[in-house]
Amino acid sequence: MTLLEVRNLVHEFTVRGAGGLKGGVVHAVSDVSFELAAGETLGIVGETGSGKSTLARCVLQAPRPKSGSVRFQGTELVGLRGRRLKQARRQLQMVFQDPYASLNPRWRIDDLVEEPLVGYGVGNAGSRRRRVRELLDLVGLDPAVYGRRRPYELSGGQCQRVAIARAIALDPALVVCDEPVSSLDVLIQAQVLNLFEQLRTELGLSYLFISHDLALVKQVSDRVAVMHLGQLCEVGPAEALYRSPRHPYTVDLLASIPSLDPTRPPASGRAVASGEPPSPLNPPSGCRFRTRCPRAQDQCAVERPLLREIEPGHQVACHFPEPVNAAPDGAAVDGTQPRPATVHYARP
Amino acid sequence: MSDTLLQVEDLRVRFDQRGRRVYAVNGLSYRLRAGQMLAIVGESGSGKTVSSRALMGLLPPSATVTGSARIDGVELVGMPEPEMRRHRGADIAMIFQDPTRSLNPTMRIGAQITEAIRAHARVEKDAARARAMELLSLVRISDPQRRFYEYPHQLSGGMRQRVMIAIALASDPKLLIADEATTALDVTTQAQIMDLLGELRSRLGTAIILISHDLGLAASYADDVIVMYAGRAVEYAPTRTLFAKMRMPYTRALLDAIPRLERQSHARLPITPGQPPDLTALPPGCAFEPRCARATPQCRTSRPPFAQHEVGHWWACWNPCKDGEPV
Repeated sequence: MTLLEVRNLVHEFTVRGAGGLKGGVVHAVSDVSFELAAGETLGIVGETGSGKSTLARCVLQAPRPKSGSVRFQGTELVGLRGRRLKQARRQLQMVFQDPYASLNPRWRIDDLVEEPLVGYGVGNAGSRRRRVRELLDLVGLDPAVYGRRRPYELSGGQCQRVAIARAIALDPALVVCDEPVSSLDVLIQAQVLNLFEQLRTELGLSYLFISHDLALVKQVSDRVAVMHLGQLCEVGPAEALYRSPRHPYTVDLLASIPSLDPTRPPASGRAVASGEPPSPLNPPSGCRFRTRCPRAQDQCAVERPLLREIEPGHQVACHFPEPVNAAPDGAAVDGTQPRPATVHYARP
Repeated sequence: MSDTLLQVEDLRVRFDQRGRRVYAVNGLSYRLRAGQMLAIVGESGSGKTVSSRALMGLLPPSATVTGSARIDGVELVGMPEPEMRRHRGADIAMIFQDPTRSLNPTMRIGAQITEAIRAHARVEKDAARARAMELLSLVRISDPQRRFYEYPHQLSGGMRQRVMIAIALASDPKLLIADEATTALDVTTQAQIMDLLGELRSRLGTAIILISHDLGLAASYADDVIVMYAGRAVEYAPTRTLFAKMRMPYTRALLDAIPRLERQSHARLPITPGQPPDLTALPPGCAFEPRCARATPQCRTSRPPFAQHEVGHWWACWNPCKDGEPV
């Protein structure tokens, strides 16, 4: 069953130039479409400025997208206002990157977790208090110890647990997580990631999980979408996409991850995505990755590649996708040599 | 040893804040050769940043630094500020996580590099300008003639970090401290910057201390790795030795907690319970003991010494991991 269906979503920001004049338009999200099934986790990876956060926020209608369609549980969200939007969004919650910034520092933890229940008029004071204790237990915080504290008395990981308790208070179907563990240390990050997994299996949640960290996204996702400069360039099942990335950008991203094995040569910055990412103010014509792409040809400058299915469930937006990486020996099925993930390769 | 560039001996840093004593660094010792890259890895609050800022004399007045840190035989701890000003930048330079905040937004980048050159040496304006151009090409900024006249906001994050590196190199430092210098950058840009640092090291012979929370970065680029926990070094070895024979349960826990591409989706990560210790009241035993799966009664009562147990491999643990054994 499709839980969330996003079609041709576009969002742009106007930036001010010198003297407050219109400076240009940032194409943050340009014609993005994807689907998310109930109980599924879709990971979105991309670099800074790829538009992944804007995409997440547009799904929640904050800000409202410029055009396109967002259907959640069969209801079109774009164009909804006031009470009807509030009702539609009840099952659609969000967890942000900075746990301190997303919690009011003057409120006690009990009140913070109760706020969504109050906002939607759930139960009475007594039943809400019981629910708050239940929620804090669920996210691994002892209500007797932490309930009366304030956010600044908690560590970053504990604050993020409070933010998660708030997000699941109304039994959502989908939680949008925007870099939810990026500000946490690695041991605490593992604790919170396991909490996300535990809640997913216990409550049947779906996640739209946004991160710049490819390994992290693989850890939590069923399917992964790679975003580059406002567009999706590859969408596929997590295992297949990482085993055999088909878009040159995905290959470059994977090759840039520092290896935990010191006997392997380090990822070379010259071998991967050479040069600077183009500006979203003035994206290149045709394929937006072509200026950094080792496989680019004339056609790429003229015609924008659309997402097309090249294997069941695996879509790529590229005129000249990478050959299939037939693991484990790395020999390609179609005879051409795939680019191994950590070996240097020459630019044409 | 003659080729030792930096020798740090029992470095301690304490902060006195409103009646509270925070023990940030508690006896750190290491040695760095010219042209070597040393990674100091740890979580927030492990003392990795504070210990290297102590070398630069960049700590607030509430800090008390004791112990010894000598660069080319010159003692840095307790050095008076006027003298420190001559060393800072000239012998040791530092680049930080956020290049945007380190650069002056109202000055053209060329002027900022020229300023750094002229702050340390009597150089004519024209010569300084030529040197600045040279530095811009050295850090591989394309079209240096044009970039020279641009402002920081006109550059991308990766390019700003390159400018910071150019400024740091302005006076030919012997040691460059990179404090989470690539943390704010994207992976592809991070690979480019790390590549550049490696190249500068081999071309100029600059020693580099890489401060990072990322074990992967240490594994890929450093010669030696120090792992810190609660202000102390807990494991110290050449990179290959460390990753082949991890002894300290804490290092192991750090490595295991990192999400990896080889793992299946939705696999549970091995968990280390609890939080890092309170630096105002460190336990008498091992600071990692409350969270450690291998803890023994001895770990609670007495602190394991940080000693060289195998050739070149130091650790501080009563019950270290054995070869190939899980935690």
